[in-house]
Amino acid sequence: MPEPDLCEISVPNRIGFRYPEVDVPKAALPEGLVREILPLPELYEVDVVRRYTRLSQLNHSIDTGYYPLGSCTMKYNPKINEEMARQAGFAAVHPLQPIQSVQGCLALMYDLQEWLKEIGGFAGVTLQPAAGAQGELTGILIIRAYHQDRGDLKRTKILIPDSAHGTNPATSAMSGMTVVEIKSDSRGNVDLDALREHCDDTLAGLMLTNPNTLGLFDENLEEVIRLVHESGGLVYGDGANMNALLGIVRPGDIGIDVLHYNLHKTFSTPHGGGGPGSGPVGVRSHLVDFLPSPIVMITDEGDDETPPIYGFYTPPKTIGRVKSFHGHFGMMVRAYTYMLMHGKEGLRKVSEHAVLNANYLLARLRHVYHVPYDRICMHEFVAEGRWDDAPEIRALDISKRLMDFGFHPPTNYFPLIVHEALMIEPTETESKQTLDAFVDALITIAEEARTNPEILKTAPHRTPVGRVDEVKAAKDLILACGVGVEED
Amino acid sequence: MFLPHTDKERQEMLATIGVNSIEELFAAIPEKYRFPDLNLPSALTEMEAQEVVSDLASWNDNLKEMICFLGAGAYNHYVPAVVDAIIRRGEFLTAYTPYQAEVSQGTLQAIFDYQSLMTALTGMDVSNASHYDGATAVAEAITMANAHFRGKRNRVILSPALHPHYRQTTRTYHANTGIQFIGDDPGADLQAHPNHLADLLDANTALVIVQYPDFFGRIYDYTQLAEKVHQAGALFAVSVNPIALGLLKAPGEFGADIVTGEGQPLGIPLSYGGPYLGIFTTRKEFVRKMAGRLVGETVDNRGQKAYVLTLTAREQHIRREKATSNICTNQGLMALAAAVYLSLVGKHGLRQVAELCYHKAHYAAQKIAAIEGFSLWSNAPFFNEFVVKTPLPPPELNEKLLEYGIVGGYDLGQDYPALKNHLMFAVTEMNSREEIDYLVSTLVEVCHA
Repeated sequence: MPEPDLCEISVPNRIGFRYPEVDVPKAALPEGLVREILPLPELYEVDVVRRYTRLSQLNHSIDTGYYPLGSCTMKYNPKINEEMARQAGFAAVHPLQPIQSVQGCLALMYDLQEWLKEIGGFAGVTLQPAAGAQGELTGILIIRAYHQDRGDLKRTKILIPDSAHGTNPATSAMSGMTVVEIKSDSRGNVDLDALREHCDDTLAGLMLTNPNTLGLFDENLEEVIRLVHESGGLVYGDGANMNALLGIVRPGDIGIDVLHYNLHKTFSTPHGGGGPGSGPVGVRSHLVDFLPSPIVMITDEGDDETPPIYGFYTPPKTIGRVKSFHGHFGMMVRAYTYMLMHGKEGLRKVSEHAVLNANYLLARLRHVYHVPYDRICMHEFVAEGRWDDAPEIRALDISKRLMDFGFHPPTNYFPLIVHEALMIEPTETESKQTLDAFVDALITIAEEARTNPEILKTAPHRTPVGRVDEVKAAKDLILACGVGVEED
Repeated sequence: MFLPHTDKERQEMLATIGVNSIEELFAAIPEKYRFPDLNLPSALTEMEAQEVVSDLASWNDNLKEMICFLGAGAYNHYVPAVVDAIIRRGEFLTAYTPYQAEVSQGTLQAIFDYQSLMTALTGMDVSNASHYDGATAVAEAITMANAHFRGKRNRVILSPALHPHYRQTTRTYHANTGIQFIGDDPGADLQAHPNHLADLLDANTALVIVQYPDFFGRIYDYTQLAEKVHQAGALFAVSVNPIALGLLKAPGEFGADIVTGEGQPLGIPLSYGGPYLGIFTTRKEFVRKMAGRLVGETVDNRGQKAYVLTLTAREQHIRREKATSNICTNQGLMALAAAVYLSLVGKHGLRQVAELCYHKAHYAAQKIAAIEGFSLWSNAPFFNEFVVKTPLPPPELNEKLLEYGIVGGYDLGQDYPALKNHLMFAVTEMNSREEIDYLVSTLVEVCHA
């Protein structure tokens, strides 16, 4: 049974939480500004704990099962990260406290900036962006500001491969840029002829996901970057797929000018049911002056006896702030802890095993599911969820049926260039036993598709709710319930 | 650790793939760039790492040990134990975005609760599932107004008493979208009644944005201003402190079209600035122009009530460059924290905490204003924050307060040249009368001893 609405369980005059009494003389309340009705629920602690505990049990999560979600890097989130972020020395610190009282926060941020620079091959990093999409926005605004600073005002065109995440074109449009899509070639690389056609003096930049969303490292990457640079454009790297590259290759070394990291993908901070994320941005030396402010710096080097002193710095041509305060500090603590525990050898192992796991799944599945761009993949690959001899079955049905085996579905219908796409990213934190069980489920489903398609079409059968009516949701638009009981 | 394979398993997997070594899997990467030697520290065990990280934490002055009178957009409130007990449950914490409704009903219904609570609190019709924070919510309000007018009105009036970070963020977001910002130039009269913002209205104005309570803590009835904005055909947006809405009239009552806010006070720790919560509510007629995820109620194929992400055709993964915004990941877990907090404290608790903040702040303001050399900057009604002129430069004063275990107020001279030598103090339910008295006696001592 689903949980009832909040208003259905609210009972007039039930008290959920008591605050201390007012211990100062009371002031007159502001005339004409006091609200008469506050329609919030009236519950007590047990109601609330049971409601949300029961709700939690309706979720799939990393702690309860496997997510082969392409481009989302749903790796395990270490428990120690949570302990570290919750200690009072971090959680109970106000963002505007005097600098001398927050040296621990700044030292952590400084190290994290330095490590991300080193991992990506960049000269500067901002930790401020709240998520990957905001990192993209930051990066594109930096590219725009760079061209404007050079008086090159006509550069407003951004090229985006057809395999890109939807955030790429949306980001470019939000930044006042014109989006031009370029196609992929038959091996899943950027089509060089299509690229050449658009490399002119209006080109601001190319947004490139590499490895791309087919899970393939672009075989012409150096040529792609050379073409863009030669025509005066810059290359933005979508770092959503950095989990394939730690200690393997540094995007900055190959010539990517600006890139966002997703701490909530690559560096193990939890997804939280859709956020918070954290999307630091790295840039090469010609772009450091444009980074959002503030950046953490060392203001006094110190010596053997005294530690360095940290402070803030505003880059001279900064694009400005992209949010309040200093970014998602709590996520930075988690990522920092994760990086400390891996070190340089461990981070390389992360990517090596992410790629090993993906290729293992690919090797076991390619005979059962068609893989349109079939070569050694990086950390993910894309299969088709359709067969000529099972014409009714779509990727959606396979996805829903996987839930009955206890697995979250892969990303489906993305990238758009593959029909009935099933985009599979295992991550490095899954064991061979889990991967084998997942493959076995997919093989069983492929058999069912021929022998008992109905069981796929009506799946899932073992989840708390069945297929939901999305059309009705969009038509009725019930977006809130009354949460409080009406006043007497 | 988090990597499971034994050597034997690794060999079996490589054999299945048909390669001899892991290195072979990376042949597509140009050799000269492959396997860089990173200058990073060596790995630590959990035992060692937690010591290093905790040591850094210990360098900070934290508010469990200090007395805090600092606000300016982030507030030191009590977080009931229930909130963290719920949000750290792995089933919520480690879940993905609820695109697959059948295995995400927990997250979906919790967001539906959040949307319901936010509309009730702000007096609006619909709420999205969150933005990043109070600043980006304002930037997205401008994007929405711009879309509503199809780019035909390109002026936005910003109250100078809107948080400086919000005003800076909106300018960054809209550097290239043709929006012109007015109203908050450095010469703006900060003491003027907000009704004067109506003088700037013209046929080109898309949106007027005010804060409630404003950045300086003042509270105004915006009814008249909202009327004038609507007469000019523009939209009216209000950025709120949600705790204040436990006591104060909801913005929906005075005609707001969009309500944004910083949700941090609703059960979210200060955490040196984030992650926080961007509140965004609006009227029903704007729902298709609103950015961000949205949960709707529906039924499943078994006839049960169920929840699902809806109106997704607004969003980037469907609409790409024509989307209402590029936002994808939001603040899901923080929205859950706010939902749990508001469900728990409820109607009575929110009013109680708002009144505690109000009365204690007024007590503190009166006491501080009575100290020689200090005076209240404004006579306007205020909620839990107030501005005082100080006899010493604020940085110097704050440094001295720190020595007495007090995190002092916000130095307004950083953002407003006219308010050099003005400090803004915030008071919450966390400040006992003894703490306030201690602040007062300490101010006397450091300024006049």
